[in-house]
Amino acid sequence: MSDTWIILGATSSIARAFAREISATGAGVVLAGRDMADLAATEADCLARGAAYAKSMAFDARDTTSFDAILDFVGGQAGMLNATVFVGSMPDQSEIDSDPSMIAGVVTDSFTGPANFLQRLAPMMEERGGGAVVGVGSVAGDRGRLGNYVYGAAKAGFATYLSGLRNRLGREGVHVMTVKPGPVDTAMTWGLDSMPFMTTPDGAVADILKGLRKKRNVIYTAGIWRLVMFVIRSVPEPIFKKLSI
Amino acid sequence: MRWNPMTYTGWGRALIATGDVARPERKAALAEASKLAPAVGNKRSYGDACLNDGGKVVDMTRLDRVMSYDDATGIVEVEAGLAVGDLARLFGNKGWLPAVMPGTGFATIGGCIAMDVHGKNHHEAGSFGEHVLEITLIQNGKTRKVTPKDTALFKATVGGLGQTGIIAAAKLQMLACKGDVIMVTERRAEGWDEFIALLDASEASYSVGWIDATARSNDLGRGILEEAETGAGLIPAPKKSKTVPFNAPHFALSKPIVRMFNKAYYNRVPSSGRTSVKPISEFFFPLDKIHDWNKLYGKRGFHQFQCVVPIASADALRDMLELIADSGLASPLAVLKRMGSGRAGHMSFPMEGYTLAIDFPNRAAARHLIGRLEEMTEDAGGRLYLAKDALAKPKRMHAMYPELKDWQKAVAKADPEGVLTTDLIRRLNLRDV
Repeated sequence: MSDTWIILGATSSIARAFAREISATGAGVVLAGRDMADLAATEADCLARGAAYAKSMAFDARDTTSFDAILDFVGGQAGMLNATVFVGSMPDQSEIDSDPSMIAGVVTDSFTGPANFLQRLAPMMEERGGGAVVGVGSVAGDRGRLGNYVYGAAKAGFATYLSGLRNRLGREGVHVMTVKPGPVDTAMTWGLDSMPFMTTPDGAVADILKGLRKKRNVIYTAGIWRLVMFVIRSVPEPIFKKLSI
Repeated sequence: MRWNPMTYTGWGRALIATGDVARPERKAALAEASKLAPAVGNKRSYGDACLNDGGKVVDMTRLDRVMSYDDATGIVEVEAGLAVGDLARLFGNKGWLPAVMPGTGFATIGGCIAMDVHGKNHHEAGSFGEHVLEITLIQNGKTRKVTPKDTALFKATVGGLGQTGIIAAAKLQMLACKGDVIMVTERRAEGWDEFIALLDASEASYSVGWIDATARSNDLGRGILEEAETGAGLIPAPKKSKTVPFNAPHFALSKPIVRMFNKAYYNRVPSSGRTSVKPISEFFFPLDKIHDWNKLYGKRGFHQFQCVVPIASADALRDMLELIADSGLASPLAVLKRMGSGRAGHMSFPMEGYTLAIDFPNRAAARHLIGRLEEMTEDAGGRLYLAKDALAKPKRMHAMYPELKDWQKAVAKADPEGVLTTDLIRRLNLRDV
């Protein structure tokens, strides 16, 4: 009997790296996302790497009806259920400034969509009394900054949600881990100005798996970001509001 | 698709390119990319085969998934950005290995095809391209499947230096193995004649010779022959890799140090020889444990000279080695191998004979010496390996690659606008009819 890992946003390169590693442990994987052709390729990859099963399923954070089929499917699987959330969207802050209606989409993609999904999954996990939730937030959620505060606010909301979910599910033996990545070397950061303390998708996944083994509650990846964000959070607001970092 | 302006090099770090690099993570992006630029993998070619100075390249390393795998037949289809060492790791313990593995596991499958690489079993298994069942090639936005039956295009693509299109994926026949451990027998060869005799007599599936390129007179050509067979068993996992953190100073590989190192390396194998059991990666990819080992040559980088000469010209190879030993310029990295006749493309390197590969720090004296070695290679009826080359002259290409014209014809048809040309192609005028 193998455990199941639901991977929301499975087309992202961090999710892809995670799917590979978790497949190698013999788990079953549900690859949820929008680009079905790309998911099909990852599905074959997971099977070749040892997944008990791999199934790609359509998932759109902005369309809660797309959640039904996934929840139905995993409900029928034996073993523990686990979920990872890699979804989110980060348009340029300047685009949002000129079109505030974009805020709703960012908040849905990065916070309320996945929260809605996890909220429906939670009773199933409670019932089985085990499993883990890995929610990927961002260091951007630790403090509102000039460059991406709408995205940051959505991720901050998601982090607070995860903290509450941890409080609830921990009582039933379900572990909830919040992951706050700094910049990761993916298509999202490719070609942007060089960023400090960048990690790779494989590096981020190694940190996530280590965090899961140690049952950590909140991890940063790369780890140095814990210190960096501690410093950034410590800057008094009267000074911080004048900075553009 | 986002283009990132970058400065990058091949593995030798002696030649440098600046230009836009795309690194798509979705297959769909390749159609557009194929209209604009040649593909590169992990850039493990030493010279300029993976460079396009002033132009664009498409980095394929994020497209590295296994698309299908059949445990019964050992046929696997993979995206071209997968590293060949990853393929070995994935399926070795299931009884299948890539049929041919080059000296580094970091080479991508696309790169292995475009260079028609060979391995330590070339005498038995032939070249990489001989185990390719199908290539997914994207030409000017259009995807097509190329099999060995499409003779002209297949032979121009395998070993074709990326000039016929972007290699997006490939179906490969893997080789059955007992498991992912390897039994290696090392024995000393005390001099050139003995080394050649040992190579000729070897019946092992895998064989490779390390040669002390600093040893002279009576010791000339001494080295260690490694012969190996795969097997099954339980052994400790390979040791964790280390990284060379910065460029070494230029004296790190100076004559006395190399001489000392080589002597110790030679003497580490007892005169009666020895047999040991290792994880496969330690035999096939001995240097991959040390990430960025190319930095040991310092900021100026290095060159690898690799040639193959026909069996009858073994003496020419001895003369080359003598010249190298006298120069005192060689590094510890020197390899001598017996090669079979297997090759799958018009521009493939292998020919039946002996191949010698030696690294040199990038210095004027070494460049001059390599020039002389190239001349001797041509005179001996041999050829140079374009995956390693950074210094050769265009005039030698027609003699060394007799099928050059066939390749040019197919390439002109596949890429009439020349958007796939690289620094290597331009330096050697390879596409100029």
